[in-house]
Amino acid sequence: MSLSPKQIESIAHLARLELKAEEIPVYAESLSRIFGLVGELERAQTAHVEPMAHPLEDQVQRLRADAPTSINQRDLYQRNASQVEDGLYLVPKVIE
Amino acid sequence: MAEKTLAELAAGLRARQYSSVELTQAYLARIEQAQPALNALITVTAESALAAAAVADQRLAAGTAGPLTGVPIIHKDIFCTAGVRTTCASNMLSNFISPYDATVVSRLKDAGTVMLGKANMDEFAMGSSNETSFFGPVHNPWDAKVVPGGSSGGSAAAVAARLAPLATATDTGGSIRQPAALCGVTGIKPTYGRVSRYGMIAYASSLDQGGVITVSAEDAAMTLQVMAGFDPRDSTSADVPVPDYVAELATPMKGLRIGVLKEFFGEGLAPEVEGLVREALATWQRLGATVKEVSLPNLPLSVPTYYVVAPAECSSNLARFDGVRFGHRCENPKDLMDLYKRSRAEGFGPEVKRRIMTGTYVLSAGYYDAYYLKAQRVRALINEDFRRAFAEVDLLLGPTTPTVAFGLGEKISDPITMYLNDIYTIGANLAGLPALSIPCGFAGGLPVGVQLIGPHFAEGRLLAAAHSYQRETDWHLQAPQAWAQDFNPGTKAGAK
Repeated sequence: MSLSPKQIESIAHLARLELKAEEIPVYAESLSRIFGLVGELERAQTAHVEPMAHPLEDQVQRLRADAPTSINQRDLYQRNASQVEDGLYLVPKVIE
Repeated sequence: MAEKTLAELAAGLRARQYSSVELTQAYLARIEQAQPALNALITVTAESALAAAAVADQRLAAGTAGPLTGVPIIHKDIFCTAGVRTTCASNMLSNFISPYDATVVSRLKDAGTVMLGKANMDEFAMGSSNETSFFGPVHNPWDAKVVPGGSSGGSAAAVAARLAPLATATDTGGSIRQPAALCGVTGIKPTYGRVSRYGMIAYASSLDQGGVITVSAEDAAMTLQVMAGFDPRDSTSADVPVPDYVAELATPMKGLRIGVLKEFFGEGLAPEVEGLVREALATWQRLGATVKEVSLPNLPLSVPTYYVVAPAECSSNLARFDGVRFGHRCENPKDLMDLYKRSRAEGFGPEVKRRIMTGTYVLSAGYYDAYYLKAQRVRALINEDFRRAFAEVDLLLGPTTPTVAFGLGEKISDPITMYLNDIYTIGANLAGLPALSIPCGFAGGLPVGVQLIGPHFAEGRLLAAAHSYQRETDWHLQAPQAWAQDFNPGTKAGAK
């Protein structure tokens, strides 16, 4: 199967990635080849097979009590942010 | 002295043949010497290492030391280390200072190990050659012109060049075993859920598993003893008791049933690799193991299955990098969408983008059933193949890689060729099985690895088999002469 430049642009938008014009055909080519490889899956007979969601069959996702388990470390965490003010993360204006 | 294993160094520390500070100084000197040629580390933490070594020496003197106290270690830069830059080899995190330690790091820190630094790797663990690192490729200590493998290429190269006796690593599709094989060291990927993923930067959450790269299986057993165990902070951590891996090393091989994986000995396997793997098999037979051929008919579909499941999970996990809370942020965004798109475009390298886009596509409306669900169904078939095999045999054996290490730059421009390098390792990840690679010889001067795969939670059995082999052979003690010679910790000669 082959992906068009237009499809790559749409995927890149969904993935929130800005692509340069010259990158689009490169990804179109490599993703098309990846989906060529993935196409091999079609030969597997899977009509009555349950999809496997977890490598350990008998494991269930645990629940924990709805109680606070960690302390507030906002200042520590915000040290890794580029722009903060009064304890808030700054982003470009969303509402005009 | 270059052959010293973790077990021997730990014994030397206890016998006070050298202090942890002296050992740490010796390894730091080796790192400084090797770094320009190998690029195995992203960050060296010399100052904090010497401080931790001094504390370890106090514990050794006070008699409160554990088996790993004072032993130097390198952590793959995918594990968060509090107060220390944690980059995942990406521009996205090139300035990220983790606010906390990964559980793997805190457990090994509590055990008294001394962190020398953070190992180079493929960006976000996506790669098989360590060439996708934002910080440049790692060179194989056996031959600087070939790759060390990946994604844990820095960890494997560091242990091979004896820049540390052990290094942590992670394995999503072969990222511990493949570089271990290509660098001639021992690497174990435990059962999914055996080692906590807390603080291990996520790539593909249903496949990722932390493990270790060492010189010997005994060293791996000593380390896994500390790393493994239930962690309430990882929702998929297995609540299963940790056996005594070191005690299990003595398990005799007599009567062990080894299954030879038919699908791993076909087209594409280099004859010299096959020859060495079959010689290793003969060693286990001499030790009393029985051998039969086992077929897993769906195993050849591992690679296509992986390249749906892993990118899907990757696209979801890496959605968190938005340029807002942490990680790279672009200059002067004109709006929120521009902030997201440019921050991510500048922060991620080409292979990471390729996998994010592949994953985005297979999860998008109209394609989910055709790709993602189909792959999860094939994954179930592969899992069932393994389950059936383990009803007949105790362990499965095959090569770790189809060839020895390939040249730097040889495969990086062709993702498919690169992906096919993991053809023998991906199956264990899809089924969540423990697997290890140990050195079994050399072809053309480059190391070859033999892989053992076990049923869930059979790490002890794998390590015992590897240990038995390593008592009969000395492939694991071979070190590249250019880097490993004249190593005498605690003496001036060792620090040159």
